[in-house]
Amino acid sequence: MDFKSSDTIPGPRTEDRLPHTAEAAVKIVIVGGFGVGKTTMVGSVSEIRPLTTEETMTQAGIGVDDNYGSASKTATTVAMDFGRISITDELVLYLFGTPGQERFWFLWNGLFEGALGAVVLVDTRRLEVSFDVMGRLEERGVPFVVAVNSFPDAPRYPVAELRTALDLPEEIPILDCDVRRRASSRDVLMTLMRFLHSLAVKGALT
Amino acid sequence: MTPPQRQRRSTGAASDGVPAKEGELRNPERLFVIGGEGGGERADLDLVTLIVARADPPVSATPEQAALLRLCAAPLSTAELSAYLSLPFSVVTVLLTDLLAKELVQARAPIVRQKVADRNLLEAVMHGLQKL
Ligand SMILES: Nc1nc2c(ncn2[C@@H]2O[C@H](COP(=O)(O)OP(=O)(O)O)[C@@H](O)[C@H]2O)c(=O)[nH]1
Ligand SMILES: [Mg+2]
Repeated sequence: MDFKSSDTIPGPRTEDRLPHTAEAAVKIVIVGGFGVGKTTMVGSVSEIRPLTTEETMTQAGIGVDDNYGSASKTATTVAMDFGRISITDELVLYLFGTPGQERFWFLWNGLFEGALGAVVLVDTRRLEVSFDVMGRLEERGVPFVVAVNSFPDAPRYPVAELRTALDLPEEIPILDCDVRRRASSRDVLMTLMRFLHSLAVKGALT
Repeated sequence: MTPPQRQRRSTGAASDGVPAKEGELRNPERLFVIGGEGGGERADLDLVTLIVARADPPVSATPEQAALLRLCAAPLSTAELSAYLSLPFSVVTVLLTDLLAKELVQARAPIVRQKVADRNLLEAVMHGLQKL
């Protein structure tokens, strides 16, 4: 692998370094279709400029006509943007924006299993893009809230109508947001945290 | 105008009703190999495991290892290491597996979701978000 000399690698800026007391991190996943505003949302709340991690995989197509020696191989790269919010000197929160196609989720060891919860970001011009993702999260028991990123020319539906269309129970928060605004993006994250908190309280009672 | 209607997945569609886990192959004709071939042993590292160097790069370190050790003089997540090094996540975990075995780095495990979430943790995160 062609590798840049270590002196030329720009690491985090001095102000982007975590304190030595940083002990543990938690993560939240923002999931949604292409162009729905995931990276914009990460950038709105992150204390660092959003970064990109990637993973490559080799897809070996073993068809009926192939024998193992001649299996064709295609390399695919999947990228994911992320940002960071320091919660305390000990605790750090990471936000990952990941595309909806779940066939790539396995690439990131425990991305959803380990996350505190998820934000499903939807665009009402193509609501159906999010259907599969919600099913997946339900199957895996990942708690989530739905945030509607309001694009100017997108149809506006009352929350009750959206809830019926998405077939979501009353307790799952659905809210409008403008991911370009920090306060709005923070409200989405706060709504998720309050929802998780309510689940924790309920879980402790049962 | 009404929005399109979601149809819930019929449970049990995935053969015996056990939900498919991340990494399970739905299409048996497709075989995915993460990070190319010959990745070798990989430590169980999360995207947000925090890595801290325990020593300066030894002279025997490869350029990648030396760069990684310099980057995590202060704690840094594996995701950030992957981003700054422009290396795939799996390649970073292979590098780290070696550095962990040599005790050149320390790994600080993330806090992952529990069945019953830790309320103090959630409250701390909410408090942190409020300051944004
Ligand atoms: N008008 C409008 N544009 C937005 C909004 N959110 C994102 N965009 C734009 O939509 C494009 C796609 O957003 P991006 O965050 O890259 O989407 P991603 O593919 O989900 O990461 C960018 O050009 C954004 O500037 C929004 O709330 N309103
Ligand atoms: Mg993006």
